[in-house]
Amino acid sequence: MSRSTMARPTMARPIMAPWPLVMLAAPLLPFATSGGTDLYLPQIPAALALFALTVVTILSRRLPGSALGEALLLLAGVAAAYAAPLVLLRQGHALAQAGGLWLYLAGATLLLWRVLALLAGVSGPVRLAGPALFGLALVMLWEILTRGFQVPTILLPPPSLVLTAFAANAADLWDDFRQTVLISVLRGYLIGCGAGFLVAILADRVPFLARGLLPLGNLASAVPVVGIAPIMVMWFGFDWQSKAAVIVVMTVFPMLINTLAGLQSAERIQLDLMRSYGAGYWRTLAMLRLPCALPFLFNGLKINSTLALIGAIVAEFFGTPVVGMGFRISTQVARMNLDVVWATIAVAALTGSLLYGALALAERHVTAWHPSFRKR
Amino acid sequence: MPAAQPAPLTLVPPAADAAPRTIVDVRNLTLTYQTTDQPVYALSDVSLSISKGDFISLIGPSGCGKTTLMRVVADLEQPTSGEVTVNGMTPEQARLKRAYGYVFQAPALYPWRTVERNVMLPLEIMGLPRAERQQRAREQLDLVGLSGFERKFPWQLSGGMQQRVSIARALAFNPDLLLMDEPFGALDEITRDHLNLQLTRLWLGTRKTCIFVTHSIAEAVFLSTRIVVMSPRPGRILDVIDCDRDLPRERTLDIRESPEFQRIAHRVREGLMEGHSYDD
Repeated sequence: MSRSTMARPTMARPIMAPWPLVMLAAPLLPFATSGGTDLYLPQIPAALALFALTVVTILSRRLPGSALGEALLLLAGVAAAYAAPLVLLRQGHALAQAGGLWLYLAGATLLLWRVLALLAGVSGPVRLAGPALFGLALVMLWEILTRGFQVPTILLPPPSLVLTAFAANAADLWDDFRQTVLISVLRGYLIGCGAGFLVAILADRVPFLARGLLPLGNLASAVPVVGIAPIMVMWFGFDWQSKAAVIVVMTVFPMLINTLAGLQSAERIQLDLMRSYGAGYWRTLAMLRLPCALPFLFNGLKINSTLALIGAIVAEFFGTPVVGMGFRISTQVARMNLDVVWATIAVAALTGSLLYGALALAERHVTAWHPSFRKR
Repeated sequence: MPAAQPAPLTLVPPAADAAPRTIVDVRNLTLTYQTTDQPVYALSDVSLSISKGDFISLIGPSGCGKTTLMRVVADLEQPTSGEVTVNGMTPEQARLKRAYGYVFQAPALYPWRTVERNVMLPLEIMGLPRAERQQRAREQLDLVGLSGFERKFPWQLSGGMQQRVSIARALAFNPDLLLMDEPFGALDEITRDHLNLQLTRLWLGTRKTCIFVTHSIAEAVFLSTRIVVMSPRPGRILDVIDCDRDLPRERTLDIRESPEFQRIAHRVREGLMEGHSYDD
């Protein structure tokens, strides 16, 4: 594959849009301020070197034979631009009024656009580098902008500070993770989804139950979590049981209606076939209706994976043994330790994404036959 | 495609032909659907007797009750009045004893099962041991010319192949009676001819009793020992035509050109026109 892209003439690549060239105007404006005086590009050797590197990569972008080569070359130019403000900050310069530097950075970000576009056209595992670079660039910009404009850390700490807080509080964060995710969320999720599933089977078997339970379930899921959480803490105490109860209240209904819809999804002709074999209710359920319901079941499980995490964290605001993500957020906000709050948020977001991703992967594996996944 | 050989498991001695035994007996069958505005007479006073080894085609325009009649025999539909026996049992007893295999209009294969496991489905329900299930599934797939496709999924096959898998599935548990509801209705002419030929060979090889619902006159005449012509509103039997006297049991596609074939086809067409109303 790489050979064919190597052999392809350079003109096959789309022409670069002119927008990154706005950075050529950067030397006209100050790159930093130091002690009240503006410093221009030639006065700061490190910045000059980095700027020159970026310009050289843009000028020589046609030299590599492949799209991947050009992407890597331009990426070096972008990296130099992203490094510049960090280097200047380290040298003790102020950047809030450094128009030239920000123009340079804006041009480099537009250059990154081209890098990502080039990578999207490349085949093979390199394609995955695109989304990763995109995320990394966002974090870098967050770091550069918060530090460059001296945003108060109470409002938004730079990611490096969050990372430091993460390392410094790793033991606490792990305890929180264990309490909230491994104990409360996991148990509440399993009980909630399991109960929703079983009630759906029951409601399917006994039609009047479906008519009675559906409005009730609807009502339960419409109850606001901040209202139900303190009540559950009063009923079930400070430990995981109250969090699991909140999660159960939140997750039963989505699982119930998804399972019911899934059980209805078997086609008449497929049901007739089972009937023609003299198969009874349970056998038809196991061999036909549940496999048909799998895509719906996974929908319910995926929706509930994020609901469960939110439910547990919110419920912890209303009382916990002194551990847990919700507890950590509420106490650290009160102490103005926003970096720890952000670290906890990062753990929660990461956990939620991983749970969802794992479920999506399992779904792909289990329902590979479904029209949305099938490959000939 | 290999010529269908009689499967060792499904072979019935030809001696059974000597004394024809009634397999399906329908007497004064009436079925009325109650809709919101007016009742629909799907079947009205239908009587029909089908002997062992018969190949019966039910032909008629839409709404004549041919599919309904077959669904009643299969206990997939309850009659309003009248009597039906299948192998001397009520349709429900026959269904629970798995007396018939049903081939639907669509293949109705389960997409999460491979071709082989689709054919094994009835055998699994019957509780056969794994090795025997597999052996029978292989045999039946061989019979419908689908060896080598065992591990494919249904959606990886063409429509004609899928319908052949569903026939193999209906044959897998070796029922005496095969009910087929327009199995080739959705297929193109060439594929249809081909499957008709395979089906008639299969029928000759296994001597199963077949009830076959179709829209196609040529298909009905080619396959059947008897043709039942039906008409709608109310659904009733107009004519029963015996093909066995004039056409050989063993048939090839070129008999469709013979005068006997044309004569029977003509009679079927006349019956259909007689029952056809132009007010709709």
